Amino acid sequence: MKPIRSMVLVSSDPESISRGAQEVLRRLQREVEANDLADEIVVSTVSDVGRHDALPMVIVYPEAVIYGPVTAEDVPFLVEEHLVEGRVAAGLQASTKELSGRIAWLSARRGTLPAEQRIVLSRAGLIDPEDIEEYIIHDGYQALAKALTQMTPADVINEIGKSGLKGRGGAGFPTGMKWRFVSQTDAYPKYIICNADESEPGTFKDRLILEGDPHSIIEAMVIAGYAVGANEGYIYIRGEYALAQERLAKAIEQARQMGFLGENIFGSDFAFDIHTHTGAGAYICGEETALIESIEGKRGEPRSRPPYPTTHGLWGKPSVVNNVETIANVPPIIQNGAAWYRRFGTSNSPGTKVYTILGNVNVTGLIEVPMGITLREVIAIYGKGMKNGGTLKLAQTGGSSGSIIPASLQDTPMDFDSFARAGVSLGSGALLICNEDTCVVDLARVLLNFFRHESCGKCTPCRVGNQRAYRILTAISEGVGTQRDLEDLKMLSQNLTEFSHCGLGQTAAVPIHDMFKHFSAEVDAHVQLKVCPAGACPMSGQLAKAA
Amino acid sequence: MIGIKSAQDVSSLVQEAVDRHGATLESLVPILSDINRDLGYLPSEAMAELARTLKVPKSQLFSVASFYEMLSTKPRGRHVIQFCESAPCHVVGGRDVWQTLQDELGLESGESSEDGKWTLLTSSCLGICGVGPVIIIDDDIYGNVAPERVPEILARYA
Repeated sequence: MKPIRSMVLVSSDPESISRGAQEVLRRLQREVEANDLADEIVVSTVSDVGRHDALPMVIVYPEAVIYGPVTAEDVPFLVEEHLVEGRVAAGLQASTKELSGRIAWLSARRGTLPAEQRIVLSRAGLIDPEDIEEYIIHDGYQALAKALTQMTPADVINEIGKSGLKGRGGAGFPTGMKWRFVSQTDAYPKYIICNADESEPGTFKDRLILEGDPHSIIEAMVIAGYAVGANEGYIYIRGEYALAQERLAKAIEQARQMGFLGENIFGSDFAFDIHTHTGAGAYICGEETALIESIEGKRGEPRSRPPYPTTHGLWGKPSVVNNVETIANVPPIIQNGAAWYRRFGTSNSPGTKVYTILGNVNVTGLIEVPMGITLREVIAIYGKGMKNGGTLKLAQTGGSSGSIIPASLQDTPMDFDSFARAGVSLGSGALLICNEDTCVVDLARVLLNFFRHESCGKCTPCRVGNQRAYRILTAISEGVGTQRDLEDLKMLSQNLTEFSHCGLGQTAAVPIHDMFKHFSAEVDAHVQLKVCPAGACPMSGQLAKAA
Repeated sequence: MIGIKSAQDVSSLVQEAVDRHGATLESLVPILSDINRDLGYLPSEAMAELARTLKVPKSQLFSVASFYEMLSTKPRGRHVIQFCESAPCHVVGGRDVWQTLQDELGLESGESSEDGKWTLLTSSCLGICGVGPVIIIDDDIYGNVAPERVPEILARYA
């Protein structure tokens, strides 16, 4: 390998591209060429690095100086100053106040500081996701080699079981157990399905994994196939994730060329191939049986469970359905061992969790931290505090299907067990941080609007219940709610939980339940005093035609 | 609105999509997505053609097509605006952006303008929540949208 002096990376997430990242990249390549630097400087792209305030960004390594927002016109100056003269290009840096923190953050990903702990996102933002060689240089496909040449399928399942890995899509089911169920069935063929239909509001962790490190998903799926005896895999990608689809298609093609997919992988007699299937916009297809229906070319309506997909999945055959983040943990576990993995997180919830931080905080974005961190820590360290010095009122976890967590629970460790004990749910990892200006009735109304829209309509409790609940919440927020409405709402919430066919309807009740549990005084103020304490609801009987 | 295509054009577009993905039920959603992208929506003639090709009832195709948000059985405007109405965009000022969009266009959710230029849709989370409020026009993503920015963004489209 030729020695490289600097590596210049241009952010290439969708937001950056919409703000001209492609032009910046092309201009950089031209300027580097023009200055005769092409031999010593690599210009490449990175996926989303979890920071959104200064896009498109240009990051120069090894100094880890971050410039942004950068326009194509800024590029000649940047190249001249930083790459030719060797000094920081004045005035182009992304807010200097933040910079030292960001360098620490970036270094931490190389394991030098105990800030974040990146396992599934260890390469995202560091390698060019469109180049399989970069993935291989950064230990890629080594876990697959180890599994195929040194381990039996049973060893692989045991290792995943011992690691304590649990599903990161929201339900928290032990992955090793799921794999064991499928491996124990005699039916053939079997399928590995990667659920990349990420559509939980506020959640975009899977998108960043797919865009930033697509090969990790391919490698993980081949390992899973080997473990359970499947030779075919499907990745169901959300229709809106165009960039992820493109990167994944490229990655699959490269993996086929290199022989990581196809026949006789690593000289073994094991064969595996992956198809991608693009969704067309339906939240419910994130539910595993609805997803399977959708791959089969039908309406994405959930099936009755049991039987579970582990015995009756795609085309009635045993299928493993794993979320992107979950399966991305597989290669590092196989490569480093279950004992290594258990060093992170808590004893009952080992490993890390990727969170998206959103709402009224100073810095929004994405972090990967060990299980067990508290909400207070997340806000203080990664959110850099509440925006405009505000006070935390509540956080909503895990998209629409998570819980509303009052500020009083901000010191509860965020892991599966502690959260279950506190009666709240971790959900899919979105942390929507809300300040005192947020009205809980208004928030519940917006969440129920989501559910009434996304209900597939198959079962009545969910189809009708969500519509009714939304209308009642709208009435309350308009100042025309009655005491009777509150009783109806409680009953609806109970019916949704008990009688809905699938998780969508069951979780739709959670915001209503949490609202009454933690903020009943605020709800009463709307109904009895016709006042919205947070000042967010119109209360005039005339709701703006808002979402 | 996409110019009216001749029956011949529609038929060949459908055949191309089928050839690309294979004439199986498994490929139905990708085939419908391709036709929808090429024609802007799924006209009845295209559905009839596809039903003949795949040998499935037209009603089944409509049942599937009407289920998915990204597929439309009705004509849409030349430019489709999707406004994210989920909670993360809502709490950072989405409501005002939505009001401004409606005022500027004179449209409500699900409506298309008479001149065939715009279709305004609300959408569930678009997965770009780090930069809310978010709107997507055709394939262009706009993040951190403030109400003041809306007229300038709309002016970019002819």
